[in-house]
Parts: sequence; C-alpha cells; structure tokens
Amino acid sequence: MVKLTVCIGSSCHLKGSRQVVETFQNLIERHGIKEKVELSGTFCMGRCREGVCVLLNDQSYSVSPETAEEFFETQVLGRC
Amino acid sequence: MRKFDTKVQHLKYKVLREVAREAWAGRLAQTALDIPKTIVPGKVPTMRCCVYKERAILAERVRIAMGLDNDKPNVIEVIDIACDECPMGGYEVTNACRGCLAHRCEDACRFGAITFDSNHVAHIDKSKCKECGSCAKVCPYSAIHDYKRPCETACKVKAISMGEDKQACINNEKCIACGACVYQCPFGAITDKSYILDVIDIIKKSEGNTKYKVYAVVAPSISSQFTYARLGQVITGLKELGFHTVIEAALGADIVAQAESKELAEKGFLTSSCCPAFVSFIQKNFPALNAFISHNLSPMATISKYIKEHESPCKVVFIGPCTAKKAEVQKDEVKPYVDAAMTFEELQALFDSRDIDITALSDGVLDNASYFGRIFARCGGLSDAVAEGLKEQGLSDFVLKPCSCDGIEACRVALLKKSKNLLDANFIEGMACVGGCIGGAGCLTHGEKNKAEVDKYGKQAYEKTIASAVSVLKDI
Repeated sequence: MVKLTVCIGSSCHLKGSRQVVETFQNLIERHGIKEKVELSGTFCMGRCREGVCVLLNDQSYSVSPETAEEFFETQVLGRC
Repeated sequence: MRKFDTKVQHLKYKVLREVAREAWAGRLAQTALDIPKTIVPGKVPTMRCCVYKERAILAERVRIAMGLDNDKPNVIEVIDIACDECPMGGYEVTNACRGCLAHRCEDACRFGAITFDSNHVAHIDKSKCKECGSCAKVCPYSAIHDYKRPCETACKVKAISMGEDKQACINNEKCIACGACVYQCPFGAITDKSYILDVIDIIKKSEGNTKYKVYAVVAPSISSQFTYARLGQVITGLKELGFHTVIEAALGADIVAQAESKELAEKGFLTSSCCPAFVSFIQKNFPALNAFISHNLSPMATISKYIKEHESPCKVVFIGPCTAKKAEVQKDEVKPYVDAAMTFEELQALFDSRDIDITALSDGVLDNASYFGRIFARCGGLSDAVAEGLKEQGLSDFVLKPCSCDGIEACRVALLKKSKNLLDANFIEGMACVGGCIGGAGCLTHGEKNKAEVDKYGKQAYEKTIASAVSVLKDI
C-alpha cells in the first residue's frame, strides 16, 4: 500500500493543493489502483515554503499542479 | 492602549494579560494574589471609591480570568461587589415635568397610579404602577423616564433581575450566554469566564507541537478585528504563540452550508444551528420548534470534528467573537472535538502576555474556505450560502424563502410567527447578536464598517464555490 498525503493547509491551498488532489484522484482512477494508493489530506506539514507539500510513504516532496502528473507517474506508479 | 470599544474591556484585558503572563512563566499559583496590585498600584483610586475596593474587584476578575468557580455552571457571571446597584426604579417622573394642565399622564394610566402635588407636578404611586409605560408615551415633555439597568435592557431573554441585595442576578435557566450584558454593563460587573489557562496549558504541554499538534480554528469575523494590523500578521502571531497552524471555521461553514441546504430541501423547513445562543433560545423558549433545528453541528464543531478525525493526536482551540461558544464546547456532542474556546479579546491578551507585537510580524496566510463560508460572520450570510448550496447541488427546484434574523428580538418575532404558522419563510437564519457574529460580545471592537470588512474578506477567498472549498476534505 502506498501512502500519499497532500497538504491542504492555507499556504499549499493557495499554491494549488486542490488541483494536485484532483490530478492524483484522476490518475488513481485511470490506472485502476484505488486499492493500492491511500490518498489523504492534512492541514499543514510545517514546510509552507515548499508547497504544495506531498508526503509519499513518509518522504517529503514539493509538487505543483503542473508537475503533479509527472510526479505521480515517476514516483508513485512504480511503487504500486 | 490597545483599541477596544470601552474602558471596561481594557480593564478585563489587563487582567487576562497579567494572568496569562504569569501562567506562561509557570508561577501563577504563587503570584495570582499580587495581580490586583500590579494593575492598581499606589494609593490613588482610579475607578472606585478606594484602591482597596478596586483591588477586591480585581481579585474577583483574576478568579474569573483563571476559569475558577467551577461550581457555577454558567459561563457568564456577575461579580457581586462590582455591581454598582444601578437605580432600577422603573417609571419615575423627572424634573422635566412642568406641572401642565393637560395631565395626559393621568388619563393614560389605567391603574390610577398618577397623583399631583400642589404645583400640579405628577408623581407615580409605586404600589399601583404596573410599569406599562403608557404615561411616559403621552407626556409632551418626555418627563417620565424608565429607570432600567443597562444589563436588564441588554438582556433580551429577561434572564437578569435584581437580587435581594439589589445586585444583578442571572437566571441560568433563561440565560443563553450571548454576552450582551457583559458588553453593556458600564461597570464591568458581568463577565464571561475565561479558559485561557486551558489554552496555555494545551500549548505548553504540546512541547512545540511534538507531543500533539495544536490547531487554532478562527471565526471569519476575525476579518473585522485586529484592525491595527493585517490579518496575515494575526495568523503569524498565532503561530508565534505556539499553534501548529490556523484553520478557518468558515471551512466548517462551507460543509454546513452544503449539508444544511440538502437537509432543508428534504425537510421543507429549518432553523439554523450555527449560533449556539439562538439554538439555546429556541430550546428554552420555543420547545415546540425543537424538531426544526438543523441537525448540523455548528461550523466550529464541524471543522473541529474533521480535524480531530484526521490529524490525531491533536488539540483544537476555537477563537471567535462569541461568549456562547464557551458554553457550546461544554455540550456532550461538541466536547470531543473542541478542547477550548476563547474570544478575540482574550487572544489580544495572549499576544501581549508574550509581548508579541503582531504589527512587526511578517504575513502568514489563511485560506481554506469559500466566499460563502466566510460571510457566515454577518447577518444574511448563512442564507446566501444555503441558496448557493441548493444551486450547486442541483436542488434549485426547492424555492428558498429565508428569514434572516439578527438580535434576539428579531429571532423571537420570527419564531413566534412560526409557532403560530404565520411565517412566510422556510428557513430561519438566527443570530443572537445584532449584525451577526461581528456584533459578538467577545469582539475587540464593533463598528459600522465590520460588515463590509467581512464581505471584502469573503471576496478574497481563493475558492469561489462551496463545492470546491469542500472538495479537498472528502475522504480523498
């Protein structure tokens, strides 16, 4: 099981965390890996400057709405 | 001096600040008794007959600021020795009476209570007077005055009366904890119990948010407060105080708007459940209408529930304009989600107890909710949000007829009409404070511009619809 957590705190929200979440949701759907990815949100990871903050199995990444798809394909898919 | 509406608020703030200062330093148990002397040093009285009475009253304020008196169930308390026993003689003839010939007052009185002396000046026989006020209405010189206490006038649920010792006395069975009397008493003799020590304790024991995270949930009316600084600076200030992060209660309002519009379309009639004082007012005065109260938790409780369920381990502190929220968080259905509630007044005291000058801080950001969640802070906002919720969820077939009431008197009229089936509306938006939450007793300042400030803040929201604001919350 891959744990994917997106920061939905104010700062990341303004940088597009909703769009990142939507992208992840669509990709999970498209690849039919709902059972393999646990997608969740959290309010503030304390690294507001690096937003949108994404935690993949306890490792932190900085993602944007533009890079969300690429991130998912290179980092998440391989672990599923 | 910080900006408050009245000197009473400033005095209350000074007590809270000193109590907090000692609590942060961990020496309150030893120094609590010295606080009155810190605030009123020297021998010259500044407020009362002598410094000793001033300090005796301050000692009571310290107790209430420390949240003591747990045997008293109400969050609103009278400080007996601070009550100045204002005259409350009811209708009396003042020296504006000119001893006229018409004697309209005599004709208007149905109880024969008006008599005249040799100079034709009217007098009211108190044993006969029923306080109906007819005489005062007809006097061409407005010479008959109703001496009522400001607290009693402020209390629209008639919970305040004069005790045996002439001091104000609150009937807890009737009180809805709206705080109107707290704000109106010119002597500061009625006050809201403070839980700032709980807040300080929560922050301290989190050991820098390592043991658990401490979340501040702030009400949208904050946009009309702390006007000497920017909202972003207030957010940074909250983090300096030790909160892990700040979340808008307005996001809870978005969730509520979505659920409440659905509930309304299903049931056909609802009264709102956002304002705890309004809910309490219905329960105490219109029990037959209980079934119509929306089953939604308030925005505060709704977002706090979400935080508690998703961010374990954590503690949640609500910060708002409201004294009734302090009672709401004690309810069984809300208790598990909110660990403490405090007011903007108290937040100002906490900032200054740590010498945090928010005007010198950089800007943080606060942006979780939509325009609609944010405008809950002012009268009419909730109805607008419910209309939007119906639209967004394809429920436009349901025709919303809102009745937005601010102030208990307006609420009473609407509820009375509803109980007699005379109300031409299917949704009562009830707010106990005039203007809505921006008129709350725990606000630092109250002003004409506050509504515009809330609307401006609403329009700045990144999310323009309720659905988009709420979408990040669904179990993603």
